[in-house]
Amino acid sequence: MQSSTLFIVIAALALVSFYTGRSRAQQARNSARLLALPAHYGYMAAMWSALPAIVLLLAWLAIEPGYLNNRIIASLPASIVDQPGEAVHLYVNNVLLAVGNGGVSDDPAIEAAAGKYLEAKRNSRILLSALVIILSLSGILFAMTRYLIRQHARRRVEAVVRIALMLCSGVAIVTTIGIVLSVLFEALRFFDSVSIIDFVFGTEWSPQTAIRADQVGSSGTFGAVPLFVGSVLISLIAMLIAVPVGLLTAIYLSEYATRKFRSTAKPTLEILAGIPTVVYGFFAALTVAPFIRGLGESVGLSVASESALAAGIVMGVMIIPFVSSLSDDVINAVPQAMRDGSLALGATRSETIKQVIIPAALPGIVGGVLLAASRAIGETMIVVMAAGLSANLTVNPLEAVTTVTVQIVTLLTGDQEFDSPKTLAAFALGLMLFISTLLLNVVALHIVRKYREQYE
Amino acid sequence: MNNTEIVKRGLGKRYAREKRFRLYGRCAVFVGFIFLALLLVDIIVKAMPAFSVTEIRVEVDLDRDNLGLPAEGPVTAKMLAGVNFNGAIRKGLREAFPEATSRKQQKALYSLVSSGAWFSLSNQVADNPQLIGQKKVIWFRADDDVDTYYKLGRRTSRIDDLQAGYIDAMDGGNLIRTAFNTALFTNSDSREPEQAGIRGAVMGSFWTLLVTLIVSLPVGVAAAIYLEEYAPQNRLTDFIEININNLAAVPSIVFGLLGLAVFINFFGMPRSAPIVGGLVLSLMTLPTIIIASRAAIKSVPPSIKEAALGIGASHMQVVFHHTLPLAMPGILTGSIIGMAQALGESAPLLMIGMVAFIVDVPGGIFDSATVLPVQIYLWSDSPERAFTALTAATILVLLVFLTAMNAIAIYLRRKFERRW
Repeated sequence: MQSSTLFIVIAALALVSFYTGRSRAQQARNSARLLALPAHYGYMAAMWSALPAIVLLLAWLAIEPGYLNNRIIASLPASIVDQPGEAVHLYVNNVLLAVGNGGVSDDPAIEAAAGKYLEAKRNSRILLSALVIILSLSGILFAMTRYLIRQHARRRVEAVVRIALMLCSGVAIVTTIGIVLSVLFEALRFFDSVSIIDFVFGTEWSPQTAIRADQVGSSGTFGAVPLFVGSVLISLIAMLIAVPVGLLTAIYLSEYATRKFRSTAKPTLEILAGIPTVVYGFFAALTVAPFIRGLGESVGLSVASESALAAGIVMGVMIIPFVSSLSDDVINAVPQAMRDGSLALGATRSETIKQVIIPAALPGIVGGVLLAASRAIGETMIVVMAAGLSANLTVNPLEAVTTVTVQIVTLLTGDQEFDSPKTLAAFALGLMLFISTLLLNVVALHIVRKYREQYE
Repeated sequence: MNNTEIVKRGLGKRYAREKRFRLYGRCAVFVGFIFLALLLVDIIVKAMPAFSVTEIRVEVDLDRDNLGLPAEGPVTAKMLAGVNFNGAIRKGLREAFPEATSRKQQKALYSLVSSGAWFSLSNQVADNPQLIGQKKVIWFRADDDVDTYYKLGRRTSRIDDLQAGYIDAMDGGNLIRTAFNTALFTNSDSREPEQAGIRGAVMGSFWTLLVTLIVSLPVGVAAAIYLEEYAPQNRLTDFIEININNLAAVPSIVFGLLGLAVFINFFGMPRSAPIVGGLVLSLMTLPTIIIASRAAIKSVPPSIKEAALGIGASHMQVVFHHTLPLAMPGILTGSIIGMAQALGESAPLLMIGMVAFIVDVPGGIFDSATVLPVQIYLWSDSPERAFTALTAATILVLLVFLTAMNAIAIYLRRKFERRW
């Protein structure tokens, strides 16, 4: 049986178990005092029926591929098994490929191995189906015994649900660990072939891999400095737009604007935050970049058609609402007494803002700006669509630069084998990106939290 | 000079500075507005051409003899597959322009109709076999360069004088018209701009979001319940909270790397499939849903919980019978906003291979698919001018979906929001 069919069978049997357990409890209620509601007995019976079966099914599905692979290797002739590990691996892959084609292959040896594999898989599935159904049914049988109604069903059910809730909140930890491990593991494999010093401090990036091993320049150079300079350059342009505009917007809306203006202006600006980044990318690549190029040419400057300036400006626009809403929060958190005190001394409103509110809110604002910067560095679609592809070590905003995220996308889209340094380089870049944004976030969140505590 | 005078002398300057500062603030707000307006107007203007399509009137002779079918007897699907419909269309064009006699002229004439025209004719005949033997007037889609020339009056390099002459002649004889581009909504991706539509991408987005919703909503709500109602104050809980906050700020592309390394390479799930895309996006939206659900659960007043506890409910009964239903509007609002984010996300999906050129409409979560934002990315890269308009039109469709989702969220919040 297919694993999805098995899940449906388990669910159906659990339902049967629920009704069995509940009716059993309802009957028992006539003669004795029960510790819980009949429905709780139903839930407990359903859990008995479903949980062991699901655990078995998942464990089986996790172990099965490895077991079947070993079976293939065990069935291979000695002439192949004695070869070095990679050749065996390749052979097994060929067998699996043949299995995917329904067990047909040009090579009779592979076809025989594939046949054995399919047979082993069929046997394994028959055994699995039988075990799962036996487990589910035994849960139902168990629900019919007197043992069920002697239990405190509500406590048992609630304990299980509570564990399930806890596991769900653990998904956040598992995700983080998954990110760190998957990126770190592939990055370490990359650093086996390229030294970490060359990667972090190298100034030349040309990740070509050769078609033939003896080709000139087949190794490629992986110096990530131009990518980081590009990322920082574009983010810097974005911050130059977003910080003044976002901060002044927040100040105006929280200190000057009437309630009515504020209640329309704030959601309108937040539309900017809700627009997908791919839309900004389209706008940057097809409208802003040609406009800047035309503008530059009209004053005699040569501007690349994929200039850092265009991508940076559009990214800045995207971040405006982010900066403004974070600054808005911290400005509103400044106690009213400080404003009143300053105004009472005769300061104008702008003097109050500049000399009292901003200094008081500064840590929070800096935290917000750092968060915005981490978003700018990690932003992908705008730069993929509007920034260049070739690594160019420059700080001139009119030239085309490439970024870390652009290179990750170009290295990993398209069909290539997974083990080449070219694809592994993407994971090394991902690791650097993850570490740098994580550092920015941790510092920013720390500053913001410290600041909140100050005024709470 | 006393202090009052010093203050008074500086007053003019200080008031001017105050005014200027206020002006800067107002400018900043309007800069935001202007960018928003520019963005929207630019996209709407660019999208307009994609909603209409140019069609050419051809009188096709569907005579059996002309189509190369046997003179008598029923027509099978196999026979139809062998019919040269292109020849029939070309014959119709030649009859409309008898003056086109040289090979060069005829070639120019044929190139005006979309290269996929025979396919739509073949479908029409297959659907309605009575057409055979009749002379029928059919409007065919024009080639995309013709479309650009006719609608916008702009000659691309692929329209020569001969073709332009024919188009102008057709215009005079009412042989050419513009109609609403239904193919945009009924077709899937195509190499030919006039045949390309977004149905495949819309369905891909639908399947991907379905997986995202099914995974992230229960897990997110369960995590929020645990953290708000059960979690003890200890290191582990703190660690979970730090993790959630950090995940909310991890760049989306890193989630794509996770999906590639774990779901595709480790678990061997299919590339380009909505199941993988949905799982990656649900990990991404999980922090949003958890944070929103926690806020909603926290806002349920303790008096309700205490009342339920007081009449003998267990802690879990309080949570599932009272707290959760009262927190549901807030949870749903947060989830819809999370789903809207997921709908607009494309970077992690590029990593897991949802960028392929896919013509078939995906029928389930294991089929190869692409999603709306990735379709936008793919088309914006195409060299044909007509794809620019299609891209902008797709953006408009995406924005309509996002607006609708956010409007539902706002409506829910307005309708069910309670101040206790």
